Amino acid sequence: MTEPGIWHFLLGNLSWHALPFVRAWRDPSVSEVIGAAAAAIVVLGAVALFVVITRFGKWRYLWSEWVISLDHKKIGIMYIILAGIMLTRALIEAVLMRTQQAVAINASGVVGPNHFAQLFSTHGTIMIFFMAMPFLTGLINYVMPLQIGARDMAFPYLNSVGLWLTVSGALLMMVSLVVGQFSTGGWSGYPPFTELSFNPGPGPDYWIWAVTLSSIGSTTVGINIACTLYKMRAPGMAWMRMPLFCWTALCTAILMIFAMPPLTVATLLLAADRYAGMHFFTVGHGGNMMNYVNLFWLFGHPEVYILILPAFGVYSEVISAFSSKELYGYTSLVVATAAIAVLSFTVWLHHFFTMGQSADINAFFGIATMTIGVPTGVKIYDWIWTMFRGRVRFTPPMLLSIAFMMTFVLGGFTGIILATPPLDFMFHNTLFLVAHFHNMLIGGLLYGLLAGYMYWFPKAFGFRLNEAWGRISVCCWVGGFYLAFMPLYVLGAAGLARRTQEIFDPAFRPWLIVALCGALVLFAALISLFVQLYVSIRDRDHNRVPVGDPWDARGLEWSIAAPPPEWNFVTIPHVGNRDAFYWRKRNQGAYRPADHYRDIELPKDTACGVIIGLAAGVCGFGLVWHIWWMAVLCLAVIVATVILRAFERDVTRIIPAARVEAVDRQWLAQAEAAQPTPREREQSAENQGLAQWMA
Amino acid sequence: MDGLGMRRRHPGLNLPDDPDHIREQDENDVFGFWIFLMSDAVLFALLFAIYGTMLRGTAGAPGPAQIFKIGPAFIETMLLLSSTFTFGMASIALKRDARNKRLVFWLVATLLLGLGFLGMEINDFAGMVAQHATPERSGFLSAFFVLVGMHGLHVSIGSLWMVVMLVQLATIGRDHKVEINLIRLSLFWHFLDIVWIAIFSVVYLQGLLR
Repeated sequence: MTEPGIWHFLLGNLSWHALPFVRAWRDPSVSEVIGAAAAAIVVLGAVALFVVITRFGKWRYLWSEWVISLDHKKIGIMYIILAGIMLTRALIEAVLMRTQQAVAINASGVVGPNHFAQLFSTHGTIMIFFMAMPFLTGLINYVMPLQIGARDMAFPYLNSVGLWLTVSGALLMMVSLVVGQFSTGGWSGYPPFTELSFNPGPGPDYWIWAVTLSSIGSTTVGINIACTLYKMRAPGMAWMRMPLFCWTALCTAILMIFAMPPLTVATLLLAADRYAGMHFFTVGHGGNMMNYVNLFWLFGHPEVYILILPAFGVYSEVISAFSSKELYGYTSLVVATAAIAVLSFTVWLHHFFTMGQSADINAFFGIATMTIGVPTGVKIYDWIWTMFRGRVRFTPPMLLSIAFMMTFVLGGFTGIILATPPLDFMFHNTLFLVAHFHNMLIGGLLYGLLAGYMYWFPKAFGFRLNEAWGRISVCCWVGGFYLAFMPLYVLGAAGLARRTQEIFDPAFRPWLIVALCGALVLFAALISLFVQLYVSIRDRDHNRVPVGDPWDARGLEWSIAAPPPEWNFVTIPHVGNRDAFYWRKRNQGAYRPADHYRDIELPKDTACGVIIGLAAGVCGFGLVWHIWWMAVLCLAVIVATVILRAFERDVTRIIPAARVEAVDRQWLAQAEAAQPTPREREQSAENQGLAQWMA
Repeated sequence: MDGLGMRRRHPGLNLPDDPDHIREQDENDVFGFWIFLMSDAVLFALLFAIYGTMLRGTAGAPGPAQIFKIGPAFIETMLLLSSTFTFGMASIALKRDARNKRLVFWLVATLLLGLGFLGMEINDFAGMVAQHATPERSGFLSAFFVLVGMHGLHVSIGSLWMVVMLVQLATIGRDHKVEINLIRLSLFWHFLDIVWIAIFSVVYLQGLLR
């Protein structure tokens, strides 16, 4: 079997045993059967998708309209679709973990220890790298160029490369369900546990390459966003006239540029240990695992703010729009955002207070951590004052924003507890910590991303999302969160360690059952999100907002049609003040034809991005299974594609002025014919995207 | 607008002034590359930090004093510093001389110096391996090989890039994309030189001082 023959050359370490179906056949325990069922869902899902696309003959459409597109709007939408798919998988895993803990009280439960460890590792890895990151990248990609009056990102081709690198990483995660096993080392992958001597299988390698692809992808995204914001703002769009979402995008991009390299270094050095027998983080031979911990959190803490800042941006936009008020304390919000971004690099040590530094060092990082609460508090007050005496409408995004303010403050308080080193010695590694960061990530990040999705959806697709199902979903997200995670605070304070597969104290049972109910409610929230999407697509003809401004909102993104034409702006707008569109429509400046219609130059679609991204993914697969020819071949494909693309000179295409004018005039006619909608009826079919405003 | 004002329109672009040509995308391209270099600098900074903490982790394997040789390291430094000079001359040719002859001459000179550097570095590594100082023997050797090797990998990529640029100059000629890519390559090349100066002083000189 193991003789080094042609099969070993061709297939590396792959064997039948890598397939969960074979494992379940040989050992039909519940845990293995669940693994096989999950793999079957992935395979059947892929086959079903293939059949459906073939059945409807949509391959060419998908390829030419989406896959090879360099349009920042389509790339943004693809990022968000990816996030939705990965959210579904990781949320199912969460329900499974809660089920396990609720039933495994002095019993073995439904999944074995190894399987449970894979569950919490994939759940964390997916939620951070393949749900949150693509979601926020997608939102920024879609909205930011529209807000600053640009026709695309600074580097459309790099944008496509970044997307497909991320998709490849996500595909590796999916493949790990079907071929082999994933890492058991948690989302942070600490060595020496993930080193070869303790973990010889393919699991940590899947983690390494999936995360590395995502990390490189995010670095390119950061460069792209920052350069776009620095260089491509419309004339007159001074820094302090930018919508706040752009500010948060800029700070997030800067964090990505500086904080992603530590992650890339950490994963690559771990790979050097595992593949080349080096000794960066090993036990003995001069290795030092603390270097890994420092590298990882040097990325990991700024990452927290990479995630939360865009959500803060969304809340700023949503609260201002649905309160019909200018954002209160704009300058202080900008300063607070920048302060958080800077401070985020000074606190990484609080992730390992207990790992041996002196009390002085812990004190410094503890105080630095608490300092972040100050700018965050400023923001909360600013949002509250924005709502004060505003004309508040409780639309689903607004409800999410209000729920966020309550929930996030609560999470901030428990964060202060954890930031105090002596208390952290009691709480670290318990469910208290798990409850705390889910409190921040669900109540802060996820609510924000969902609010952004619901807020900008009409802009992207030209029709509103169903508000009733939106409210149901919001209620489930909020109620589910409290049910699922408040018990974890209690359990953590009572000493229940995180990542525990079997529990030996029956007193924990009621709390764990409540938490399981919460997880189920959260799952219901996800389902109702999909129902909302389905219902909205079904009823789209009643909910169209073609004129493009359904909420009487402020930024330039609302000044164009919904969905926007691929060139975004017929003429690049000139900006004279903050909230440019709000001011313009109240001064008879909106919905006017251009003086001259000109040809518009746009980037031409290219398959290079998807080739590079997918080749990188296959290269990762080859590395995981030691199929060296595959890895080398894919690397060669990547290098060749990059070089050949450099010889390509025909990279732009021209939209003729006549076509621009025709599309624009048609939209202007729609705006002319539309009935202005007052705020109290904006959630009805009457809303065509033309706001009624007081003169 | 006076001549000076014109020249300042795109201060980041080291190219002849052309008042009729507004190079916004070109300016983006160069600026974006600066941002990338910042990210790359973080990567090297971290590898330096790792190297610093691994100095004592020799685990009985050869340490700095046994494996470093000042002679070859000094010659490598000179080769790379000269290549920065020759690339500087290439940049002047790119700006001041519309013909390709000088530009190509200086680029080829840079490439040869870069390849000479790489050859000497590979020879160094081979010598260390012959002394059984391989990266899998200790944390220190791992950190050394990855830090210096990462720089070498960058120089290799830069050399490949330079070959591509020479081919483009021969086939496409000097259109504005070739110009922009030469500006970016020059940034990359000078950046690697700076990193090498840090490697020479932090790794080789300090290692031999101990």
